[in-house]
Amino acid sequence: MDGNFPPAPANLVEVEDLTVRFVTREATVHAVNGVTFNVRPGEVLCILGESGSGKSVTLRALMQLLPPRRTRITGRIHIDGQDVLTLDRSALRSLRGGLVSMIFQEPMTALDPVYTIGAQITETIRRHKPLSSTAARNRAVELLELVKIPSAAQRLDNYPHELSGGLRQRAMIAMALSCGPRLLLADEPTTALDATVQIQVLILLRRLQRELGMGTIFVTHDLGVASEIADRIAVMYAGRIVEEGPVAQVLANPLHPYTQGLLASTVHGQARDRDIDAIPGSPPDLRRLPVGCAFAPRCPRAGMDCRTGQPAERHPEPGRMARCLRVAESVFV
Amino acid sequence: MDTMTQTPPDPRDRGGRAQPLLIARDLRKYFRVKGARTGAVVRAVDGVSFTLFKGETLGIVGESGCGKSTLARLLLHLLVPDDGALVFDGDAVAEVHGISVNALRRQVQMVFQDSYSSLNPRMPVRDSVAFGPYVHGRSRSEARDVARDMLVKVGLNPDLFGPRYPHELSGGQKQRVNIARALAIEPRMVILDEAVSALDKSVEAQVLNLLRALKANFNLTYLFISHDLNVVQYISDRVLVMYLGSVVELGPVDAIFTRPLHPYTTALLGSRPSMNPAQRIEEPPITGDPPSPIDPPSGCRFRTRCPYAEPVCAAQAPVLGDWLDRHSHVAACHMHEPASGHSKAPGNA
Repeated sequence: MDGNFPPAPANLVEVEDLTVRFVTREATVHAVNGVTFNVRPGEVLCILGESGSGKSVTLRALMQLLPPRRTRITGRIHIDGQDVLTLDRSALRSLRGGLVSMIFQEPMTALDPVYTIGAQITETIRRHKPLSSTAARNRAVELLELVKIPSAAQRLDNYPHELSGGLRQRAMIAMALSCGPRLLLADEPTTALDATVQIQVLILLRRLQRELGMGTIFVTHDLGVASEIADRIAVMYAGRIVEEGPVAQVLANPLHPYTQGLLASTVHGQARDRDIDAIPGSPPDLRRLPVGCAFAPRCPRAGMDCRTGQPAERHPEPGRMARCLRVAESVFV
Repeated sequence: MDTMTQTPPDPRDRGGRAQPLLIARDLRKYFRVKGARTGAVVRAVDGVSFTLFKGETLGIVGESGCGKSTLARLLLHLLVPDDGALVFDGDAVAEVHGISVNALRRQVQMVFQDSYSSLNPRMPVRDSVAFGPYVHGRSRSEARDVARDMLVKVGLNPDLFGPRYPHELSGGQKQRVNIARALAIEPRMVILDEAVSALDKSVEAQVLNLLRALKANFNLTYLFISHDLNVVQYISDRVLVMYLGSVVELGPVDAIFTRPLHPYTTALLGSRPSMNPAQRIEEPPITGDPPSPIDPPSGCRFRTRCPYAEPVCAAQAPVLGDWLDRHSHVAACHMHEPASGHSKAPGNA
């Protein structure tokens, strides 16, 4: 904006105090309420949260994919030094699919059903790179081989409905990677897949991300998926990041009561004759958020002090953050 | 399972404890493919047999397209089986001297995955819950009382939630209403078809706890269909694994999860994320997608993805073995069938 932003920042993505509101005549939905995070080049950040936590809205805001008329975005989003919120339409079109690309949960709706996957991949390539159609097609074959689609050259002429769910998701990944993005945004890309296919796609994504050195933001509701792919985890609740830290530490020793509750209520090998430690209640209404900590009504450790204002970030250990009054500040045991 | 001995005998229990509540024998359902070349059929359920014992929870797992939801609909005659037999507590279903489909549905209820589309959007939820008892012969006021009572039992305040419409409830609350509706006519068996799959993890845990409590209170028998192996392991007494329309393995839950027999079960278990970033899965247990249930592979249907496939697997379909017994742990695999011709078969080494 003002020209003194460093041209090659250490962080690939810098998001500061991002808020997203959806305004309709009846109500204002506070989907994202002051989110701050960074992603370094080649790093995988998992945004973990339940439905309505604002995880997908955050991801879409990074690419300006939200309906402009009804959406109010404030804050700062920088990707590779570019201020995304001030870009005009043509600059955004070069950003999308070029520097940043995205993969979605449902490949059947993300791919165009009336074009072959080859046509869709070559279109993306030629939009961003000056290649002949033959060269683009050769590149598309390479890409399908990269994502391990068997007999890639023939598959190029298939329509999306002719592929199985796993192959369709691989084709979408191929399209996303076609212009060598520096940042990959993934919105629950394995949720709709069967277990034996999900793990194949996760391992593939992990390998490609490492080989190509892409920064990745991976949105999921599944702790197991996060544990397979994340370097760092940011846990969202009611539009805020309530905890952030390296994946192994967050899973082994969660700080925020919500993260603790989420881990305890995820079924994996609990004693069969006992109840699961579920979190009582349900998430708050995003049209009428409480003044204090949004998790306080469901929190076993909440007191009056939690209901008066937003808990500030606390950093009990280097690299870890939690927004909770019950977390001690900077105590190294 | 032994809680049954302490409760007074159920007057509807005709066969006694040893009689399985439900026996499904060789069920088949084929669907014709519209617009395709003549004769193309989806073999959605292709010769499925199992028993369901009183008071147990039988988990059914498998990937999409394996036929688990079709199977659930066959059991209630929501789809009429093309072939095979169903025996409910000793009575043949829809046979002359057996039990009618209506009488069966009074004793077997179902909860579906999509909690919204399975409720009438124009009916307050208390009326949805009261509808079952009313249709099955209770007076309006009795049915209304039953509905109030059931809403309390599933943890919803009837004065607060009863008058609401489905769109005014969260996913977890809607699924509680669906459970209340299923239990309102006092069934003996409930089929839960991915009933917790669409819920957030924190809500899923609440509903699983509720299902366990209700099962003990009402002496229920559950058929629990899910693609989530962790949930099935937690809630089931026995587990049935399906692949492309047929049963590949059946056995007690601990045996299935600690000593799986079938290579598909092993692969399915090995595909579960580790929940430990220090022990990530480096190689996928199997590659590829499940093949289409139209024209499935000959012989063993898993052979196209199986690391141990041999010529015999293409030539001959393996059989499941003794599925009638409560304690048996069986797999439809030539590696476990004596003298099947597979090099790893017992007695062949």
